[in-house]
Amino acid sequence: MPPAQTTPDPLPLQHPQSKTDLFVSFTWLALQGFGGVLAVVQRELVEKKRWMSREQFVEDWAVAQIMPGPNVVNLSMMIGGRYFGLPGALAALAGMLTAPMVLVLLLAALYGSVADSAVAQNALRGMGAVAAGLIAATGIKLIGALDKNAMGMGVCVFLAVITFVAIGLLRWPLLWVLLGIGGGACLWAYRVLSDVDADRQKKAQG
Amino acid sequence: MMLPTPANWLDLFTHFASLSLLAVGGAITTAPDMHRYLVLQNGWLSEAQFTSSIAISQAAPGPNVLFVAVLGWNVGLNAGGGPSGGWVAWALALFGVLVTMVAILLPSSVLTYTATRWAHQNRELRAVRAFKTGMAPIVIALLIATGWLLTGSHEHPARDWPLWLLTAVTTVLVWRTKMHLLWMIGAGGLLGALGLV
Repeated sequence: MPPAQTTPDPLPLQHPQSKTDLFVSFTWLALQGFGGVLAVVQRELVEKKRWMSREQFVEDWAVAQIMPGPNVVNLSMMIGGRYFGLPGALAALAGMLTAPMVLVLLLAALYGSVADSAVAQNALRGMGAVAAGLIAATGIKLIGALDKNAMGMGVCVFLAVITFVAIGLLRWPLLWVLLGIGGGACLWAYRVLSDVDADRQKKAQG
Repeated sequence: MMLPTPANWLDLFTHFASLSLLAVGGAITTAPDMHRYLVLQNGWLSEAQFTSSIAISQAAPGPNVLFVAVLGWNVGLNAGGGPSGGWVAWALALFGVLVTMVAILLPSSVLTYTATRWAHQNRELRAVRAFKTGMAPIVIALLIATGWLLTGSHEHPARDWPLWLLTAVTTVLVWRTKMHLLWMIGAGGLLGALGLV
């Protein structure tokens, strides 16, 4: 058995075959997503299907997060729309919502009382604790995507730590954090990118 | 319990549509306002119905915005006289799903789709690149903080340490192995049902 690779292998990215492929893929993603779909999206679309790189995933997730509305729904539309325009966005959206919605409504109609039972409550607690781990691990795995960030790893780690403290420990409202820390980070990135662009221009001329 | 009229349905639609545009950070962030609107202000759902709607949607797979579908379902079912109301009640329940889901999804989806198209067409603009570069470390930290908050909501160390341990073990397994996520969710549910966490 070959030794486990520590660096991501540079296999070429794939793309969805058709709108049906999008619909089926997102249906399957959504049906695996207990306690949140994001961890599944990262595992399936970045690691297994290789439809997008870690860097692209972080970029898309940033947009999905800052826009109003359900985040993973936004993300699925963005991914579908990239390959097949509006029909692709709708195919991904329909895949993400249709089957799970039928399932949850059946649950509501048939077993409304199950959710009140002690065993079901305890099972939910256990699944919730696992779901928390899935989300945290997804974040940890994406740290590697910051390697190529123009601001440099030091600044990135600083921004990540103050964001974690503000949200996780001080419990500041998300909107303030996005506007305050996020806004500051974007301004700083703009400055850095100005310098990068200026350097590139100088090299091109000289 | 007061039953919704056509004007009420329209009000429900516009209320959820405005919440759609305020839902930065996910639809679940608007749940407190939905509770105020549906239970306290209008009395279209009972307290117990609201709570169990959220619980059912968490037990099922899929995006957590689906709790809105269950709320709409129960509002419609109540409007038709509850489960004993026959096919009228079931039809109104489906209508409730339609009204609430379209309202919560349409405004934010149109906005997001338009904005991302624009950003993609202008991806070489320095402002667009600065946004992506600057936000990357923030959103990664937000994911880790979300995991932290979810497990930290159980805040009695003497009683809740098994839950914390389960979260920590899951984090390491997802990070370092390729084990299928469904196995972990299943194991968590089983440990919970057996009363071990």
